[in-house]
Amino acid sequence: MEQQLKTYKAHPLSLVLKILVWAAAALTVAVFLILVGYILVRGVPYLSTGLFKTTSTVDEVSVLPSIVNTLKMVGIALLVAGPLGIFSAIYLVEYAKKGSKVVKVVGLATQTLSGIPSIIYGIFGSMFFVTTLAWRLSILSGAFTLAIMILPIIITSSEEALKSVSDSFREGSFGLGAGKLRTVFVVVLPSAISGILSGIILAIGRIVGETAALIFTAGTITKFAGLSDSGSTLAVQMYNLSNEGLHMNEASASAVVLLVTVILLNSLASFVGNRIKKSSGEQ
Amino acid sequence: MKNAAETLSTPLPLAADRSRKPHFSVRTFREYFMQGVFLLSACISILCVAVICFYMFAKGCPAIAKIGVFEFLTGTDWFPTNTVASYGIFPMIVGSIYVTAGAIIIGVPTGLLTAVFLSKFCPKKLYKIVLPAVNLLAGIPSIVYGFFGLVVVVPIVRSLFGGNGNSIITASFILGIMILPTVIGMSESSLNAVPKEYYEGSLALGATHERSVMRVVFPAAKSGICAAIVLAVGRAVGETMAVVMIAGNQARLPDSLTDGVRTLTANIVLEMGYASGLHYDALLGTGVVLFVFILLLNVLLSVITRKSH
Amino acid sequence: MSNKYKIEISDVNLHYGTFQALTDINLNIPERQVMSFIGPSGCGKSTLLKCLNRMNDLIENCKIEGQFLLDGQDMYRDIEVTSLRKRVGMVFQKSNLFPMSIYDNIAYGPRTHGIKKRSELDEIVETCLKQAAIWDECKDRLKKSALGMSGGQQQRLCIARALAVKPEVILMDEPTSALDPISTQKVEELCVELKRKYTIVIVTHNMQQAMRIADRTAFFLHGKIEEESTTDRIFNNPQNEKTQEYIGGQFG
Repeated sequence: MEQQLKTYKAHPLSLVLKILVWAAAALTVAVFLILVGYILVRGVPYLSTGLFKTTSTVDEVSVLPSIVNTLKMVGIALLVAGPLGIFSAIYLVEYAKKGSKVVKVVGLATQTLSGIPSIIYGIFGSMFFVTTLAWRLSILSGAFTLAIMILPIIITSSEEALKSVSDSFREGSFGLGAGKLRTVFVVVLPSAISGILSGIILAIGRIVGETAALIFTAGTITKFAGLSDSGSTLAVQMYNLSNEGLHMNEASASAVVLLVTVILLNSLASFVGNRIKKSSGEQ
Repeated sequence: MKNAAETLSTPLPLAADRSRKPHFSVRTFREYFMQGVFLLSACISILCVAVICFYMFAKGCPAIAKIGVFEFLTGTDWFPTNTVASYGIFPMIVGSIYVTAGAIIIGVPTGLLTAVFLSKFCPKKLYKIVLPAVNLLAGIPSIVYGFFGLVVVVPIVRSLFGGNGNSIITASFILGIMILPTVIGMSESSLNAVPKEYYEGSLALGATHERSVMRVVFPAAKSGICAAIVLAVGRAVGETMAVVMIAGNQARLPDSLTDGVRTLTANIVLEMGYASGLHYDALLGTGVVLFVFILLLNVLLSVITRKSH
Repeated sequence: MSNKYKIEISDVNLHYGTFQALTDINLNIPERQVMSFIGPSGCGKSTLLKCLNRMNDLIENCKIEGQFLLDGQDMYRDIEVTSLRKRVGMVFQKSNLFPMSIYDNIAYGPRTHGIKKRSELDEIVETCLKQAAIWDECKDRLKKSALGMSGGQQQRLCIARALAVKPEVILMDEPTSALDPISTQKVEELCVELKRKYTIVIVTHNMQQAMRIADRTAFFLHGKIEEESTTDRIFNNPQNEKTQEYIGGQFG
């Protein structure tokens, strides 16, 4: 301690930097805590059973229809993007030669997709799914738009997970006479499952929180929607509520639901992701 | 065992095996078929990028051409519903630039210093608290950021700086927070990737820990840090919902930081719902301008990351 | 030769966690001589070397007991750590030049210690590069990246960089283990040249190297100094049985 003081006395600038660095980190954590704390304090008192009624009217807002719509959206988007993303990663890691053209181009495409802002996905979805394919404003249009949006998340995380599977597993399987396909499905995929899962959970979080891509693809009507009906997700409904300004309390309550869901999903993702690190560390 | 060796070197069993073991033909077919499926899946993301580009440009560019490229990009009047309508998005371009610049000024220094903290200063126990906080910041939906901005930051800005609170400052502040995890995540990993020999070399010359980190480790990580900033710019430019809720959305050139602005993204989200005809086309054009900017950032990002390899 | 000891080490024990890496070390290092540490790997010679400019401070769970004196001052109590490292420079096993220009690499140390004037820095850079006998090879490319030089040149630049802060002692941790024979020879010649002004402590795996350049040699085994004497005596007339075996090649 005394030694450190001596050092900082001789180098005051170093002390300044140390303070700055600690302050920045403290600021980041503080912002997070204030944000989460405020949303909770503001919204929790308005979480009532009335908020989860089966119908939503102007006078009595219910978020239940939107929650159900969100779940449908998650389900369809994952059904589309999940297999595509995982298969795509399987090709990149198990079949393609390292550093081949396909790998590079797909990598570039994935990077581009993950950089495109959600509003652009919204415009594209409204032109392609809503208009060209004539799916109109619907859960389906919204879900397909989101499927493209989460594709890069699933590809990247599955790719990482597959890469982290030790080659000795593959060799062991080949050594027993198994073919490539069997090796991939019986040996490689199961060992990579937690990494893939953590990517999927992150993707769910992205869908739950998404607004801009859905307003012009799935619409903003709050009701239980069939696949070809227009219906809002919770995030979209929250935008409407806070935009109108008439139902700020309900908006803050839905903020709590959104925030808690997303935090739980993210924690789950990193918990699952950590398990993979631990288990592969033991091998 | 012979089979295994062959499947290792070539992904599929050889034809010779097929004649010897008849059931192999089914297996061979399945192997080929699934390999095709995997390849097709891998191509989906390329296809998506291609189709998105096609739609954006094929639909958006004629719209811009109709209005006139110059008039569209540099016109300062946006009156799409007037009888003599004018479609100038210059105020929106300026709006996007202002709030992005503000976000960078707030978010990048804080983010970089936090990354340095996590990588070189953070005690192990604290790391387990700070890192999840940063990761969760990344997961919070834009709409929640917007709501927080609306009910907390707007009133504060109003009482501190005057104006009605929906302003460049407010939007910059919220966006600055939103880009923190992007900046922190990528710069921390590039700081961690700097060989520790550099750091030790600096210490051995009598430099303090802080000087070694800032003068040797930090510059050595600069390509990763630049990439982080580019990503953050992309994130800020493309952010929509949070900005719409707090930036004021006036489609005119701002006079001061407490004025409201409308960003490119806000322009789309506010009017797309009811626009038709040339107005709708002008909004697509706005999307194209945004899209082109994002693509350019992406190219820049690839150049930076390729250089570092 | 002067009889003055530059560094005096007494009753040193060092633990990494529960593992004892150094046991009862007592050693005096005379001024302006080359002292070499030899012994099989893991014997503690690098550990002791790192204690001499407190690079062990970086390692968690590293507990050091005993006393290290530099010119009679306690390294761990009386001298502030950055000024200690300024006085006791270090050259590492692998070149660790910074990813900057040659000039900036050499000037990094002086700048760290407050020298800002361009002319002064220019002079230091030139002197140090000349001292390290590499001036002719790099005088035309001072502004180019240091990482463009060959391995041997890089290691001599590292030595030049260490000289730039005007140290009193230079520690070298197997400085030639990654170099080809010609570069090795150049570094060795440099050591012999440098000992006129500096005290040098060198850890080496290569016993011929110790014989060629060292005035005194200490033989380490299992964290202890088994024998310390003039290099001549260690190699030609070792007193300790284990030293005899090691010199005779029985440990490898």
